[in-house]
Amino acid sequence: MLILRCPYCGVMADETELVPGGEAHLKRSGPGSSDDDFEGYLFHRENPKGVHFERWRHSAGCGKWFHAARCTVTLEVFGTYPAQVTEPPQEIREAISSKRPGWSWREYE
Amino acid sequence: MSEPVSALAGARFDGFAKVEALPPRGMVTVRGDFESAALQAAVRSAVGIDVPETGRVLFGVGTAIAWLSPDELMVFCAYDAVPEIVVGLQNALADTHALVVDVSDARALFRVSGLDVREVLAKLTPADVSPNALGPGVLRRTRLAQVPAGIWMTGESAFEVMCFRSVAQYVFDILKGAAIPGSEVGYF
Amino acid sequence: MTTRLAEGGRLINRGRALEFTFNGKTMTGYDGDTLASALLANGQYLMGRSFKYHRPRSVVASGPEEPNALMNLGSGARFEPNQRATTTELFEGLQAQSQNHWPSLEMDVGVVNNYAARFLPAGFYYKTFIHPRSAWKHLFEPFIRKSAGLGKAPKDRDADIYEHFYAHVDVLVIGGGIAGLTAARAAAAGGGEVMLIEQSAHWGGRAPVDADEIDGVSADLWVKNSIEALEEEENVRLRTRCMGAGVYDHGYVLAYERLTEHAPQDGLPRHRLWRIRAKQVVVATGAIERPLSFAGNDVPGVMLAGAVRDYAVNWGVSLGQRTVVVTNNDDAYRTAIALTEAGLEVPAVLDARIAPEGMLIAKARALGIRVETGRGVAKVLGRARVTGVAVCEQASDGTVVEEIQCDAVAMSGGWSPVVHLWSHCGGKLIWDEAGACFRPDPEKAPTGASGEAFVTAVGAANGALGTAEVLADAHRIAPDGVKAPVAAPEEAAPVSPVWMMPRGAGHKLRSKMWLDYQNDVKVSDVQLAAREGFESVEHTKRYTTLGMATDQGKLSNINGLAVLSDALGAAIPQVGTTTFRPPYTPISFGSIAGAARAETFQPLRRTPLHGWHEANGAHWEPVGQWRRPYCYLQKGESVEAAVEREVKNTREAVGLLDASTLGTILAKGPDAGRFLDMLYTNMMSTLQPGRCRYGLMCNENGFLMDDGVVARIDEDTFLCHTTTGGAEHIHAHMEEWLQTEWWDWMVYTANLTEQYAQIGVVGPKAREVLELVGGMDVSKEAMPFMTWADGELGGINVRVYRISFSGELSYEIAVKANHGRALWDLIAEAGREFGAMPYGTEALHVLRAEKGFIMIGDETDGTVIPQDLGLDWAISKKKEDYLGKRAQARAHMTDPERWKLVGLKTLDGSVLPDGSYAIAEGQNANGQRNVQGRVTSTYHSPTLGHGIAMGLVRHGPDRMGEVLQFNRTDGGTVEARIVSPVFYDPEGEKQNV
Repeated sequence: MLILRCPYCGVMADETELVPGGEAHLKRSGPGSSDDDFEGYLFHRENPKGVHFERWRHSAGCGKWFHAARCTVTLEVFGTYPAQVTEPPQEIREAISSKRPGWSWREYE
Repeated sequence: MSEPVSALAGARFDGFAKVEALPPRGMVTVRGDFESAALQAAVRSAVGIDVPETGRVLFGVGTAIAWLSPDELMVFCAYDAVPEIVVGLQNALADTHALVVDVSDARALFRVSGLDVREVLAKLTPADVSPNALGPGVLRRTRLAQVPAGIWMTGESAFEVMCFRSVAQYVFDILKGAAIPGSEVGYF
Repeated sequence: MTTRLAEGGRLINRGRALEFTFNGKTMTGYDGDTLASALLANGQYLMGRSFKYHRPRSVVASGPEEPNALMNLGSGARFEPNQRATTTELFEGLQAQSQNHWPSLEMDVGVVNNYAARFLPAGFYYKTFIHPRSAWKHLFEPFIRKSAGLGKAPKDRDADIYEHFYAHVDVLVIGGGIAGLTAARAAAAGGGEVMLIEQSAHWGGRAPVDADEIDGVSADLWVKNSIEALEEEENVRLRTRCMGAGVYDHGYVLAYERLTEHAPQDGLPRHRLWRIRAKQVVVATGAIERPLSFAGNDVPGVMLAGAVRDYAVNWGVSLGQRTVVVTNNDDAYRTAIALTEAGLEVPAVLDARIAPEGMLIAKARALGIRVETGRGVAKVLGRARVTGVAVCEQASDGTVVEEIQCDAVAMSGGWSPVVHLWSHCGGKLIWDEAGACFRPDPEKAPTGASGEAFVTAVGAANGALGTAEVLADAHRIAPDGVKAPVAAPEEAAPVSPVWMMPRGAGHKLRSKMWLDYQNDVKVSDVQLAAREGFESVEHTKRYTTLGMATDQGKLSNINGLAVLSDALGAAIPQVGTTTFRPPYTPISFGSIAGAARAETFQPLRRTPLHGWHEANGAHWEPVGQWRRPYCYLQKGESVEAAVEREVKNTREAVGLLDASTLGTILAKGPDAGRFLDMLYTNMMSTLQPGRCRYGLMCNENGFLMDDGVVARIDEDTFLCHTTTGGAEHIHAHMEEWLQTEWWDWMVYTANLTEQYAQIGVVGPKAREVLELVGGMDVSKEAMPFMTWADGELGGINVRVYRISFSGELSYEIAVKANHGRALWDLIAEAGREFGAMPYGTEALHVLRAEKGFIMIGDETDGTVIPQDLGLDWAISKKKEDYLGKRAQARAHMTDPERWKLVGLKTLDGSVLPDGSYAIAEGQNANGQRNVQGRVTSTYHSPTLGHGIAMGLVRHGPDRMGEVLQFNRTDGGTVEARIVSPVFYDPEGEKQNV
């Protein structure tokens, strides 16, 4: 039963106050995109043992979407941050590096 | 107009804490950029209170403003005062990207009071309702059992609870169940 | 004979007798007794029958680890099976029944299984019942069903109520023994919020029984002083009868508090399930004594040595007059000493060790107790009750050297730390060679959100045994400057692992050595499993049932895996343990449900008009969490007749509909039009203020997810109507795209669904009704089809939409919820002279189906795209992009073989079965009949007098007039012709008047 800090409200939100939203930092493929790109956008997801980036919505709270960087093995939370970014922020990546040197996820490391 | 009728007008339960359904109250949603001077001025002039800080509620004379999200406020006022406040805010924000809308009828309000009132809440919400976490001036949006709700203190040992109108009966029933005489926990 | 001693019993109040019944027989105990101690005091040592062999069983333990003494408790609405007599506190009027026997506890027919034991070895249900195949249904299955399961299932609705409680603490200490008390005092000194919970009704754990001295006073007094000191602390909360049930991720702990179980009464919560968030969890859960594996170790009268002493000291109950103690460690000597001091006989202590020396052994000898070392029990004599033991050398094949007459045996195989809560959330264990036990590996503690350890094990749970060692171990979490509790160190001889007694026992003895009493698993069963190739401890568990059911192997696991590792020739740590899963002991379903029962099982959503419906014959239908009237029953009317009447009345006169459940979402901002163009398949930005447009919403997979009418309020503002089920998730869908993809677009949304009551006034006389209510111009000229206007009706502010989901002249009137009922009453009153009647959801469905309007959830199922439904007219060709557009260009979506929407009309006028398939020639790869379409909506049309349906059919629109065969639930088929889905008023003349 996770507890995550909502980066908007600042409150520690219980997992039951949140709604999970799958993988973070997807890039949308729209009309005109290749079948391969579109398939990747719709269906292909990371399934890492370790560092992962995912989306959560503070549904029983402020209603905002945020991202969490988390270890899927230990459930350690490296940080949460607002969803209005296209890639993991530098401070989050540094926080992960300090705990999991040499980590990588998709094109990020 | 007809007399406004709230969802559970007059319902009350006297347990180890008192649970009362409150009569209609004005509620206005304001969405916009809290940093903008226009919005700050508009709120101040229409409601007489400043924009509250994150997660807080400020009280005025017969009014209050609650921070609901980084771009959403809830203005509380008398039910009859809503049209004036809505028009005032809309006019002041006419040139700004903002949304002002009356939601007074969409919600139900309860007052829960008594010495052990925090225990009633702690039976229903995963949020920390201890005095350290939920003191005066804090508004916590959370869930009560299975529905979303907002909770804030309105007095020494009194809270107000806001939920959607359609689940007013459910919320009244769970508050009632949590306040059964003899089920005090002795925790806080 | 078990009996109450003349003196002693630190937990009972001999001044307060309590009456209770066991198998219908009235007995008497004392306040402070457990059911088990009271039964023993009444001479009732027989407490149940074993699961597989129906062997007679007595109580073997004194705490939650008890595998045998399981009871059906209470009756009627308070009946509960499988309750442990050892943890059930006695109260006046308690009713208990033993389990797993027929016809009676004393005389049980199932005991024949005992004599057929060689046919019921490990995994017998995988082997024995295979042949002949035909016997399965008539012989084996009924037999297994009859004998399966412990206890009886309750038949009545639970009379009690339950609740949850959420707590947030800095330190949660689980276990109220001397380790837990020391840890709590240490944590309290640290200044944080501390909570200490204890599963039993008493503080102190074992220490008061074992009469140790701490800080120069008796353990009893030390415990009392410690509790008083903790009660003084502002930041400490204490709860007894509160068990740590499970430790979960991020410091989440479930604790199970028994509130009125020991004093049942109406109207108060029986259990409270604590949901605790703790920054640190201290596990001080003590240790559990292991049985010894000797032949006949399940015969009534054989008990754990610690339990024998508990019954004597805590409840003044003796297990027998003459008790032989058999052990591999020093602790059991405490039992020999306690019994001797209570005036009972201990004819011998059989110590399997060669030459142990220690303070307790010396004390026993000093009391004149005969101590035989290097010896053990070859077998227990007696069948339904111990009559003696046959003694042998431990290092032998069981050759009997002596028989000792006795009526009780106290056994101790050493102590296993209770590591369950440490292990629940990933804490690892190490094998402690010296202590012959698994204990927590301090290097591999469970970690929390920060990545740091959040669970600490202290005291006996951490492998510390002996008072001084336990106290020191628990005190290690204290900040500097806190005074450490002190006890005299003990000189003790080391425990010597004994996994089988005697070491060289042959098969005959091994097949009478019980490992798991509850599931009747013996040493020979585990050895057989190993021979048959079950090398993983998890597999062996499932194959033999070792460690399953209500006790989850609290007594049997370590002994079982030691036998397994011996049989496999592998070291114990290599074999490892099975997984420890919550809850620690079973908890009630009621406590898990909490408030989610009866009226508050789920939130039931009510519209502002709910009360009116209730008072006017509503026959309710659940629609999501909403309750909507399915129809309104008039006196003596059937549901079918009511629906038929409502449909006809709406077509011919006027119907009133509560449409408040439909979603209403406001979208405002300079980019609102652009935003809606992305959300809907059609163009919304070109809609004129004052106008309405029907729109479709798809997800990125291209599938239809919602539909509804959009009204443009002004240049910047749109109001989007959703389906009843769609309000919340479509609002969330909008916010998701605005927050996570187009966060630079200037749009704000607000879900206004519950702000309004929405009333449909539908039918040819709708306009006349509203004109009579009066206040605004609702004429065709002022308010043409697909427009809206603000105004007043009967003095109430309203917004009126001229939209139609029935094909009739129709107005949907939005009114503030607090005025909804007033407006509804005005309209109903005005409508009376026009024959206005309310109609429910079923009439609404029939009306829309007659018109060929699709319904999300009927015509769509998450795999249907708008093109399948002939809705190409609602898909903009001009837009470069909308959600779902790219997906709808995928090869599978443009496949001409996709099934498409048509109307279906049976040749005989009957109603097609819902969900029926149109059959086709041939069979598929699975030998099933091929299909070519299916029914999505099907009704009897009162307007047309025959069945109407919509369905998806391969090449459907190109096959008009063709007759298909649809299967029926009775195995037959029914013929239906493909027709247009619009059965009624195809030109739309009726709605546009």
